[in-house]
Amino acid sequence: MAKKISDSINRVDGSDKISGRAKYISDVYFKNQYYARTLRSEIAKGRILSIDFPEIPENYFVIDKDDIPGLNQMRTVISDNPIFADNEVNYIGQPILLVVGPDREIIAEIIDQIEVTYQKEKPILTLEEAEQKASLFSDFDYSKGDVENAFNNASQIITDQYETGFQEHIYIEPQGITAVHRDNKMFVFGSMQCPFYIQGALEDVLCWPEDRLRVIHTTTGGAFGGKEEFPSMIACQAAVAALKTGHPVKIIYDRDEDIIASTKRHPSLVKYKAALDKNNKVSALEINVKFNAGAYSGISPVVLERGIFSAANVYNFPNVKVNGKNYQTNSVPCGAFRGFGAPQTIFSMEMFMHNLARKLGQDPLKFKKKHLIKRGDTTSTGGTMHGQVKMPEIIEKITKMSNYEEKFNNLSENRGIGISLFIHGCGFTGDGENNIKGKITLEKKGEQAIVKVSSTDMGQGAETSLRKIVSYTLEIPMEKVIYKKVDTGKVPDSGPTVASRTVMIVGGLLRSAALEMKEKWKQKQSMEISKIYAHPDYLKWDNDTYQGDAYPIYSFGANVVEVEVDPITLELDIQNLYAVYDVGTVIDEKGLRGQMEGGIVQGLGWATTEVMETNQGQLMQSSMTDYKIPTIKDVPEIECDFVTNPYEFGPFGAKCAGELPFNGPAPALAAAVSHALSVPIKKIPLRPENLLKEIKNEN
Amino acid sequence: MKIEFEINNTQKILEVDPARRLLDILREDLDLTSVKEGCGQGECGACMVLMDDKAVNSCLIPAGNVHGKNITTVEGLRSTEQYKTIEQAFLDAGSVQCGFCTPGMVISAEALLRKNPDPDEDEIKEALEGNLCRCTGYNMIIEGVKLAAERGQGLW
Repeated sequence: MAKKISDSINRVDGSDKISGRAKYISDVYFKNQYYARTLRSEIAKGRILSIDFPEIPENYFVIDKDDIPGLNQMRTVISDNPIFADNEVNYIGQPILLVVGPDREIIAEIIDQIEVTYQKEKPILTLEEAEQKASLFSDFDYSKGDVENAFNNASQIITDQYETGFQEHIYIEPQGITAVHRDNKMFVFGSMQCPFYIQGALEDVLCWPEDRLRVIHTTTGGAFGGKEEFPSMIACQAAVAALKTGHPVKIIYDRDEDIIASTKRHPSLVKYKAALDKNNKVSALEINVKFNAGAYSGISPVVLERGIFSAANVYNFPNVKVNGKNYQTNSVPCGAFRGFGAPQTIFSMEMFMHNLARKLGQDPLKFKKKHLIKRGDTTSTGGTMHGQVKMPEIIEKITKMSNYEEKFNNLSENRGIGISLFIHGCGFTGDGENNIKGKITLEKKGEQAIVKVSSTDMGQGAETSLRKIVSYTLEIPMEKVIYKKVDTGKVPDSGPTVASRTVMIVGGLLRSAALEMKEKWKQKQSMEISKIYAHPDYLKWDNDTYQGDAYPIYSFGANVVEVEVDPITLELDIQNLYAVYDVGTVIDEKGLRGQMEGGIVQGLGWATTEVMETNQGQLMQSSMTDYKIPTIKDVPEIECDFVTNPYEFGPFGAKCAGELPFNGPAPALAAAVSHALSVPIKKIPLRPENLLKEIKNEN
Repeated sequence: MKIEFEINNTQKILEVDPARRLLDILREDLDLTSVKEGCGQGECGACMVLMDDKAVNSCLIPAGNVHGKNITTVEGLRSTEQYKTIEQAFLDAGSVQCGFCTPGMVISAEALLRKNPDPDEDEIKEALEGNLCRCTGYNMIIEGVKLAAERGQGLW
């Protein structure tokens, strides 16, 4: 057993995964299983006039909207996305029907022969077009202080704007679900983050009570938000097909289908209007955040909420007015992706501060330091920054580690160094955690403790971390702590595996259950302890006015990136990346380093090679050949360190960690490129063609 | 057509469509599910196997080309000292997260170490360039391979 909670242990599922024994959904054979493939819309917007079918051979089935016993909609925040298109289609790739049967090749042949006749309508293709036509899903406002007065007294007013693009998750295991109708119940197995979300979606679509719906997690090969709400769609389709055919129905996407069909990170446009006082400090800031949500709203309202509540980042501006809008376009729906709206507004804020400092002839880091938020300050939503803000220590540590000051002033031509400071709100936004009321159960059976939670391991190490918290608290070996398979029929709903909440919220509940169990522990006695989460009393939130504590606590970080820019091709060579984080207390150094480095490299991909664009509603990058995630040759040396800052209500003081690392790399790299080329950077991905434009603008 | 090949040290004769992917033969006919399909286009490396000591993407190999070859998957390596060294090194270095790319990484590492038991960092990157990982950011995989090479002195 670990001596200190932070001391590294090996992950519990490592051997099974290395040896290939771990069974992902595509590896599990179900007796008499059928396969299904989806026929998708080929147009961005229009009506389906007719569908002509070839002769369908025996044992093959077509499943569409008319086969749905309940509601034809996927339950999520806004349940507007139909399970199968109902006469109208709103994006290329929208599911219309399934072809189901025993042989995948025959299914593909049938799909090829189905002819859909559409009446095309004029689609809305871009964020700009949606803005002009006011094609809007959400429109949110909040403010702090007296912005108007500050603008009236401004010594200078600055406007600016920033853009970020689509991002695809590229979990290496594509989406996959199998639905089995047996004993008057529906069993759904698959690759997923949130079994209870799927159970809820099935309730609507099948119109069955939850005790007839069992959702069972299988080993999940990466998710990053991409398996948060989207698997509900496939699960509902597979369940409807299983009901009609009487066979287990397996849907495994191939990569191209996965990219076309699954949700993306929201492209963003963030505009700033800043008032500067006579000391050149920002006295007021108007921030307008615009997200392209795609064809259906789905989970986008809450993504936008996190985006706008993170918009002030680590800074305390006395007067702030923020507006956020989700626009509807005829492109693939956007959804959850690591960071959940925050990376877009934090990239924009960091570059806004960087470029403003340059404009004022000031050192960007010194300029940022003048605006830092401190403990006890009022946040942009009028709440209180309750926790200790160790940003000064983080900055000191990272500037020493990277020799930032020296390099910033003395780098040779074409080389640059940049720094980013960033925040992440821990757990659900606002009173989300109070609404969810996550429940856990810890059972003692002989010498074993059994953890019953709905937190899924998708690679992030949830099972290892949560078992470690219990093992360490009860002072029993890891082998004696059993992690109950995540199955909605067997574990309580401890909430979805999202929002970096697993260790802090679910782990916190387990820690308190384990402490209680330890006191009552008697050799042979069995017992069961359950806990339900509630926010500490001091937290206040009004969801109608967006006033109060948007998050119970925040994690913090800083990144420094060194880059060399090829003067001819403008290609980037990212040489070193330094990272310092405050995640409260580290639960496992090795596991956490893996989360941080993985998040960093994903963030660098978003900022550089991961170009995803649409043309007439069609994704221009729809395979791993043209959508480029970082390879082993693209990654820099990464040096990673932590400052300790325990949170009273987290297990051993732990706060959130998994999403935090995504927020830092893009702005640090962009600042480094800006430093190397002496131009402002306002857009990612940082493609050579975009950099050339910036250079031309500057000249 | 009839193909004869060696799979994990066992001679096999199969009647197959020569255009069928080796990946499907391994997963569906032989139940060797350590071999994963991540992209089907030879980009991600999740389906890598050893073909006569060389790491190849089994999604790009038609059955016809397998005739007379020696194919090894992780199932065929598991009992070897070399594999055990790689497994322990990957565990200790934190090289694994979601695990979907991992058997492919093991194959690339094994192929590298057979050819070059003492690789430097650039050689490791060269050997693993065809294996994509979305979880780790790669540095902890590089450390895993380095550690395996260090501990496996004389094994390869």
